[in-house]
Amino acid sequence: MNLRATWAIYKFEMARTFRTLLQSVVSPVLSTSLYFVVFGAAIGSRIDEVEGVSYGAFIVPGLIMLSVVVQSVSNAAFGIYFPKFIGTIYELLSAPASFLEITAGYVLAAATKSLAIGIIILVTAFFFVDLTILHPFWMLTFLVLTCFSFSLLGFIVGIWARNFEQLQLVPLLLVTPLIFLGGAFYSVSMLPPVWQTITLFNPVVYLVSGFRWSFFGMADVAIGWSVLAILGFTGLCIAIIGVIFRTGWRIRA
Amino acid sequence: MSDAIVRVSDLTKTYAGGLTALRSVSLDIRQGEILALLGPNGAGKTTLISAICGLVTPSSGTVTIGGHDILRDYRAARSLVGLVPQEINLEPFEKVITTVRFSRGLFGKPQNDDHVERVLRQLSLWDKRDTQTKELSGGMKRRVLIAKALSHEPRVLFLDEPTAGVDVELRRDMWDTVRELKALGVTIILTTHYIEEAEELADRIGIIADGEIKLVEDKRALMHRMGQKRLVIELSEPLDTIPEPLAPHGLRLAEGGHALVYTYDKTAGRTGIRRLMVDLEAQDIALSDVRTEESTLEEIFVDLVRKDAA
Repeated sequence: MNLRATWAIYKFEMARTFRTLLQSVVSPVLSTSLYFVVFGAAIGSRIDEVEGVSYGAFIVPGLIMLSVVVQSVSNAAFGIYFPKFIGTIYELLSAPASFLEITAGYVLAAATKSLAIGIIILVTAFFFVDLTILHPFWMLTFLVLTCFSFSLLGFIVGIWARNFEQLQLVPLLLVTPLIFLGGAFYSVSMLPPVWQTITLFNPVVYLVSGFRWSFFGMADVAIGWSVLAILGFTGLCIAIIGVIFRTGWRIRA
Repeated sequence: MSDAIVRVSDLTKTYAGGLTALRSVSLDIRQGEILALLGPNGAGKTTLISAICGLVTPSSGTVTIGGHDILRDYRAARSLVGLVPQEINLEPFEKVITTVRFSRGLFGKPQNDDHVERVLRQLSLWDKRDTQTKELSGGMKRRVLIAKALSHEPRVLFLDEPTAGVDVELRRDMWDTVRELKALGVTIILTTHYIEEAEELADRIGIIADGEIKLVEDKRALMHRMGQKRLVIELSEPLDTIPEPLAPHGLRLAEGGHALVYTYDKTAGRTGIRRLMVDLEAQDIALSDVRTEESTLEEIFVDLVRKDAA
């Protein structure tokens, strides 16, 4: 194993994060705070409690998920797209490192960054709403797994993207709608029956539901399904990345 | 050859678009030599290097580096290789020393600041170690690429057109650097389309065109074997035409009739120079000076490629 390669990439990526601290950490925290103000305080004060939880608190898990998922995807995508764009990928391809070692470096760095953002937003949330976390261990587990699995997805997006527009496409056109429609701001039980069924095909529902359960002990789907869904999603992403490296798709002629 | 450090056998590469960039290339690169791969644009030089270094997957054929197959045993094979790409591909916002350390880690070597310092000093980059790479001049950037390639102590260094688009002075510097690296025992393969560069640096020269290796030969032997010499005879009195009796010598008038040029093969047993002199004397042609000129590699190269096209 060439773990030094993984570590080198990880350090390199983290250095990039610190170099661009303002846009990479401050801006997602700021935009999430705006959600708290608008949805939690302004609109939320006119909305009844959802299943016994104040609306302001109810949206906290969803908001964290929204940031963490979008950040994971865009960070990991940019992390691997940039070397492709500026040509430094030649070094990765000629290095004595396996796809696992290379992917791990980029994905763990992106996941670390979005985990940090998630935790900062969580801490921020305590300033806006009354919040208790029923299952802290599971909360952290879901958070870490989400950061990791969506960083894997981002890595795939970064390899797939041929230009900066495509790089933005997936986070904007796919991930954000899936999260908004995944129950970030509402309980699935609030939807009409037909939409309740349709929404079950949205993988993010399982994430948000599981994550919210770890806070309030209530869930839209059984917690077991949430765990299975996220593990399945992680496995799928790893498998796709394995195929990408074996065939050299979009990276090696 | 037992001392081959890189062995390429029947390497073929056909790109997905159908372009065949390499046709059954076989090549042994000897330990410690400088091999210059010379060829026109699009000849397959970069594809050959890319295939050896793992950037391009070969369609067929094998490559071993230090006895390790580049596909089956890629870790061992790639650890021995440093690659300096043709394009200046550098992370623009990173400091010189960070990007060099990164390369070392990527190749699985433990951190060694002494070695990194040595490499940077050797390439006159030590003073610039904390500069962002985007602040550097083109020549400096290229040296950073070399530093990255040397950071993990490779035994074989591939330089893909190291002096493309570099000014004359910098080219000289680069050549000095390459010679120093050779003195350290690094095997160097460089591609170029500057014949002068191959002539200046190489121990052996490979000529590649249309995805095929046309020849690989010791530089001196190549120039000697294919070398035609010219004898330029400067005349005291200019001539309008070459006198009939001198016709068998195949002379050519040059410099507006002030010189006669005689071409001969120096490797042939008889050069015919003495006879020519005797004939000139018989025609009562007075000489003011005589000099000889040797073919340059360029002429040899053009000759080879042209012969091939015919």
